[in-house]
Amino acid sequence: MTPEGTPYLPRGVRLHFDKVRDNWVLLAPERTIRLDPIGHAILSRVDGKTTLAAIAADLSETFKAPLEDVTRDSTEFLQELANRRFLEVT
Amino acid sequence: MQVQPPIAMLAELTHRCPLSCPYCSNPVELTAREAELSTDDWRSVFQQGAAMGVLQLHISGGEPASRRDLTDLVRAARDSGLYTNLITSGIGLTEKRLAELDAAGLDHVQLSLQGTDAAMADRIGGYKGGYDRKMMVAKWIGAIGFPLTLNFVMHRGNMHQLGRAIEMAQEMGARRIEVATVQFHGWAMQNRGALMPTREQAAEANRTVAEARARLKGRLVIDYVPADYHADYPKPCMGGWASTGINVAPDGLVLPCHAAQTIKGLEFDNVRDRPLADIWQDGSAFNAYRGTDWMQEPCRSCERKTIDFGGCRCQAMAIAGDPTATDPVCVKSPDHARIRDLAADFSGQDEAPMTWRVMDKTPG
Repeated sequence: MTPEGTPYLPRGVRLHFDKVRDNWVLLAPERTIRLDPIGHAILSRVDGKTTLAAIAADLSETFKAPLEDVTRDSTEFLQELANRRFLEVT
Repeated sequence: MQVQPPIAMLAELTHRCPLSCPYCSNPVELTAREAELSTDDWRSVFQQGAAMGVLQLHISGGEPASRRDLTDLVRAARDSGLYTNLITSGIGLTEKRLAELDAAGLDHVQLSLQGTDAAMADRIGGYKGGYDRKMMVAKWIGAIGFPLTLNFVMHRGNMHQLGRAIEMAQEMGARRIEVATVQFHGWAMQNRGALMPTREQAAEANRTVAEARARLKGRLVIDYVPADYHADYPKPCMGGWASTGINVAPDGLVLPCHAAQTIKGLEFDNVRDRPLADIWQDGSAFNAYRGTDWMQEPCRSCERKTIDFGGCRCQAMAIAGDPTATDPVCVKSPDHARIRDLAADFSGQDEAPMTWRVMDKTPG
């Protein structure tokens, strides 16, 4: 997972708003991952066109947080999803 | 008690199946076609499930492809907002039917594997030509691009094929493989002598899985159900009774787990008679072992009671004769020595006959 990489959700993995529990989840093959607001903020910017660097810059700007911290946290979060095959990178 | 809604629903559309695996997870008393829920009944079940909080739907059987309305049911599930997973042997799926399922919005396919070659797979499944057909179906699944999980069901007869099964998952482009040792309920219970893994095999499978998980990290996810007769702690069955999962049987009976009917005395409601949300919330079978209040010692004071929830209620019933007992797989169970002895005894019965699943042709 490098800043130049462009993450995307592969077929069979999608964001879904859980109306009953009033929060966002990531639905994947036989797994449901409950997202906190930060996780949702990251994944809602994953569109298969935006690089990780651009996603981090957008988050840093939106949430007024240091770019270095945002880059590290987003990379860790997305890498964990990639390890579980819920995310791919081009 | 505050009851949380279920996350997952297992919809057993039918008990009909071209295969006759000797470890089938369906009950020994199978439901006939005439008693199955209609397309409209299932549509209502999916809508009710989604409305109460179900997110994931596992469409299973029997063989779900034995239902002619499978595509309509998948579409109904997706229209209800459910993540829709098809659990299949592949038999009954054609290239055309898979394309229709794709158009209907099917999210994921779980394909079962009875063995890694035709000789093994066709013998276990009791269906000649099944393996070759399944390999064809796997190709079509890959060509369409469905996310795929391969499900390798293991027992003493095929455990040596685990390494090859993991290779096959990669060759098919699967993202996941489920490696599931046979659970001894129903049909498998009658075949413990033929199916029980040896202690050495169970340990070898543990090593193979650990090694493959490390080697294939980020490429293939391996979910593993170990041989629990050889384990020290029980599996957290259903993640806790009536906590996350709800099963609907072909005739509309609503069950807390697929084997729950082996616990005599439990009474099950039917979706034809009562709303699904009421059954989940107030049904007596769901409340029988929900939470931890029903537990006895040693579970009651155990630090693991919210980790494994006392294990499997059906196994407690089957081995200890009491569905509120500790699952005898647990080292703390007074019956643990018994399960160790049973495992040693059954796993040495190399001449044991195997009984394949049969559907009773004579109704009622």
